[in-house]
Amino acid sequence: MKQLLMTLLLLVDLNMFATSRVDSLIRSAALQGAIVVCLVALSSVGGLSSVEWAFLLVTGLVKAVCLPVVMFKALRSVGIRRELEPMIGYRKSLFVGLFAVGFSLWISVKLPMPPGVDDPLGLSVALLSMMAGMFLVVSRKKAISQAVGYLVMENGIYFMGPAMAVHHPLVVEAGVLLDLFVGVFVMGVIILHIRREFNHIDVDRLSELKD
Amino acid sequence: MMDRLFALVGVAVALVAAPFLKTVINRTKAAVAGRQGPPLLLPYRSLVRLMSKGAVYGSQTTWIFRAGPVVSLVATMGALCLVPFAGRPALVHFEGDILLMAYLMGVGRFFTVLAAMDTGSSFEGMGADREAFFSALTEPSLLLGVAGLGAITGSLSLSGIYGKLGGSAFLGSNLPALIFILAAFVIVYLAENSRIPVDDPTTHLELTMIHEVMVLDHCGIDLAFIEYGGALKLWTMGLLVSGLVFPGGTGSLWLDVLLSLCCLMGFQVAVGLVESSTARLKMGRVPLLLAVAFVMSTLWIMWVVR
Repeated sequence: MKQLLMTLLLLVDLNMFATSRVDSLIRSAALQGAIVVCLVALSSVGGLSSVEWAFLLVTGLVKAVCLPVVMFKALRSVGIRRELEPMIGYRKSLFVGLFAVGFSLWISVKLPMPPGVDDPLGLSVALLSMMAGMFLVVSRKKAISQAVGYLVMENGIYFMGPAMAVHHPLVVEAGVLLDLFVGVFVMGVIILHIRREFNHIDVDRLSELKD
Repeated sequence: MMDRLFALVGVAVALVAAPFLKTVINRTKAAVAGRQGPPLLLPYRSLVRLMSKGAVYGSQTTWIFRAGPVVSLVATMGALCLVPFAGRPALVHFEGDILLMAYLMGVGRFFTVLAAMDTGSSFEGMGADREAFFSALTEPSLLLGVAGLGAITGSLSLSGIYGKLGGSAFLGSNLPALIFILAAFVIVYLAENSRIPVDDPTTHLELTMIHEVMVLDHCGIDLAFIEYGGALKLWTMGLLVSGLVFPGGTGSLWLDVLLSLCCLMGFQVAVGLVESSTARLKMGRVPLLLAVAFVMSTLWIMWVVR
């Protein structure tokens, strides 16, 4: 079951490398959030207390429902559907994704694992998610894709703890999540304002300031 | 001896039943569209009709044009003899017959392409160009996928691989990765057999054709050979895919055969559903789809050797 979910997570990550539609990107991020929360629930060592279940539930709601809804709202209000000119083309991005998968599988085999972790697959999937997020941030021009990138990266970090069998990371994670929630919320507002001022949301064109 | 006999019967069944796969696909598409669909035996009837006609050859064509359909049919038959059915060994098997199968398909395609170019028609040259390009892109996916299978079963012959899949070798940690190789093989299947996201077998516009435009000048018995070869290719490659879903190994021969046939037919129904639900890709987007297949089989091989 865990392995199946990780496989799905891997496919979702690759989809994010290759897709040109922003709505598909956001949907993938939501799906990724849901999968990650399920994985954390499945792989928590020694069971969860009721408080931790509550944290997990809230995290899942925020990751898979609230943040995507905010992003969809921002998307609708700026009226773009696809990213037409990324810094790195989609076919190339797909192969970058493949390379990232290979790299994360390789490094997770090389790294020494803490006791209690028998399968390094979780670590490699978490690494891959972080790399996917970082790649989105550096290679896409639309502010909204970059914001999705941050969300994806956070999902990767979130899964990193349970994958390495760290105990009770959930409380800390909830704090991080709150930051991210505020960040995305602010981003949604800012994107609207950028759009109103400049008529586009390409961040690389923002450096040419208007007077 | 029993294995040989079984394999022989399997090949005979394939030779008889292969055109029926087209009916399954077309009936599925018709059912989704709310039509009644073609008669069940239409592919057979059109084969008989074409067989009874003579062939007309253009004055500028050479022997290559005449050899094309025959060579590609025989090559596909050869490939069929190498593919195991229901987890039992194929008629011919030896270590490394994967490559022979891939390249027999290649030889068939090569001669179809040559025959198309031999007519000197610019349309056919265009189709030949596209066919050669796309099939060159599918080949690595197929070979990587089979190589990964070889890595987990420790065998390099198709019979060895598909025979062992039914046992326990495939279960365990490699099971989720089945998604990868299945996705890769299905895309390869659709591309190699000129099905919808890549090519539309029912189109009437030469400019958008890939496979059909190459065979425009063939008629009569040559066209029958090409159609029949296409059906055999559906069967041969269908066995590669459906053998992954159900590799056999239930213990009972009849159950294996029945389930394998069901799996093959079910896969054709799935192809029909894909064709009904997706539009054809723009020609320029096809390499992206084939790149996805390549990525999937690379993922698969990374997963199994990790």
